[in-house]
Amino acid sequence: MSDNIRTVEHATCTFCGCVCDDMDLTVDMDAKRITKAKNACTLGRAWFAEHTIEDRPFALIDGKAATTEEAVEAAAQILVAARLPIIYGLSDTTCEAQRQAVAICDLMHGNIDTTTSVCHGPSGIAFQGVGESTATLGEIKNRADLVIYWGGNPAESHPRHFTRYAVTPKGRYVPNGRKDRYVVLVDVRRTPSAPVADLFIQIKPGHDFELLWALRAFVKGRKVDPNLAERTGVSLATMEDLVKRMKSCRYGVLFFGMGLTMTRGRHFNSGAVLALATDLNEFTHFVAKPVRGHGNVTGADNVVSWQTGYPFGVNFSRGYPRFNPGEYTTVDLLARGEADAAMIIASDPASNFPRPAIEHMKRIPVIALDTKPTDTTQLAKVAFTTSTYGINTSGTVYRMDDVPITLRPAFESPYPSDEEVLIAIKNRVRELLTKKRTRFPNLKVA
Amino acid sequence: MAEMMILVPGRTNKQGTSLNAGKLKKEYRDVTSTVEMNTDDMARLGIKEGDAVRLATVIGETVVRCKGRKPTDLPAGMLFIPYGPPSSQLMDGDTAASGMPLSKNFEVSVELVEGPVP
Ligand code: SF4
Repeated sequence: MSDNIRTVEHATCTFCGCVCDDMDLTVDMDAKRITKAKNACTLGRAWFAEHTIEDRPFALIDGKAATTEEAVEAAAQILVAARLPIIYGLSDTTCEAQRQAVAICDLMHGNIDTTTSVCHGPSGIAFQGVGESTATLGEIKNRADLVIYWGGNPAESHPRHFTRYAVTPKGRYVPNGRKDRYVVLVDVRRTPSAPVADLFIQIKPGHDFELLWALRAFVKGRKVDPNLAERTGVSLATMEDLVKRMKSCRYGVLFFGMGLTMTRGRHFNSGAVLALATDLNEFTHFVAKPVRGHGNVTGADNVVSWQTGYPFGVNFSRGYPRFNPGEYTTVDLLARGEADAAMIIASDPASNFPRPAIEHMKRIPVIALDTKPTDTTQLAKVAFTTSTYGINTSGTVYRMDDVPITLRPAFESPYPSDEEVLIAIKNRVRELLTKKRTRFPNLKVA
Repeated sequence: MAEMMILVPGRTNKQGTSLNAGKLKKEYRDVTSTVEMNTDDMARLGIKEGDAVRLATVIGETVVRCKGRKPTDLPAGMLFIPYGPPSSQLMDGDTAASGMPLSKNFEVSVELVEGPVP
């Protein structure tokens, strides 16, 4: 370790949607690495420790080293030549970069979608249909005395969710912290989150909707088909006991994860959670919050919404935004073979998407922006190496409860930020399109 | 003989730490190539800890390493795998007009295969 050490207080971890902004970082400025991240969980520690400066080319074109400028030119040419260029990813970059991506999509009449579509996209659909009884994590920390996690495993995906926001912290109206809260976990398997719960309810896979609907019926004092116990794997007595707790708590919260959105029922499951929370407001105060995954996936929803009016799956091919999940969402556009070029920003669909979608990515020109090599950068025709948000660059990130947080970077990177690369691509796309769309490209308008 | 089971891909701590190191690195590849199975099911199917098993759907197939979990943690007939390239091979691209592919709780066939995990 060198003597050139810097400390950064109140830095932010952007690895998961908890976006913890209480990190105290020790930075070796000569080695350009973070040697200590006080307050970080295991995932956060790995995030800070592993994002160093690797000796890699600024860009690759067809696998060969290139400059950022050459790659910008190649990327712009690909996007302008395509009939249905798509932009996807955006959950691990700043709002400032996300904004540039929307602008490029608007210019080129393409399609823009974020990792939300394969995360809480179904919840986004449900919000529009059912509405959302919501709160910030700060409010939950200070008030919630009943905390229910449904279809999620925060102990492994969001390790500090329990300790910083919702289970153990002492709050204004829950002065004894953990002792003042009753915690319930509903899942198909006993995960490492189960020991945190006072009550673990093991549900049969694919029957969340039935259980949620039965709970709604109990809340309203209706009769429930006794066969539901067999179907869901949860006894009617357990359901009634849970409903009693939900109606008698002072402040309840339902956190729901991808165990609901990625399984049979999808947006109906999320809608059922939101409707249950709404129903409970006749008796007490109850909120429902999706537990969001990547560091700035919530920012992606916000930016795409304020720029286009819709949260994800937005198509500009008619020159104005249209929203239709299932049609303008990326898995569909790829699996159906419709997209003819793709720009992937801070995401790795070549590793995580269904096989038919990955197969199509191999057939079309792909542009990738990422801090590290991935399956997506490997199949990309143009791959940019970019700096890491929150570690090398500042900007804005939204925590999972829609609270915006400004990042405090630790050390500089030689690589450009996503925002810088996207601004350069936008400018070049605009120039090329101006030439393509007019017979008088040099005409000056006063 | 292949048997049908329910596959649950999900996140784990190890997957999270290894992806920070690099998704093309061995540790991440190993983590995402290990499926967990109830130990009673393993005994019944003659599968030992570390054996290679083939998971298959109509979309594709993958050969992964099998690891036992207590029946109290993982119910009979259910498999858990950390998300990654192997689980993607099994997922259908049809999203039922939702944008979301069925990514959890889908049926896969499971069978023991001879030899090591590729
Ligand atoms: S909980 Fe999430 S944001 Fe907080 S330190 Fe851990 S990985 Fe980082």
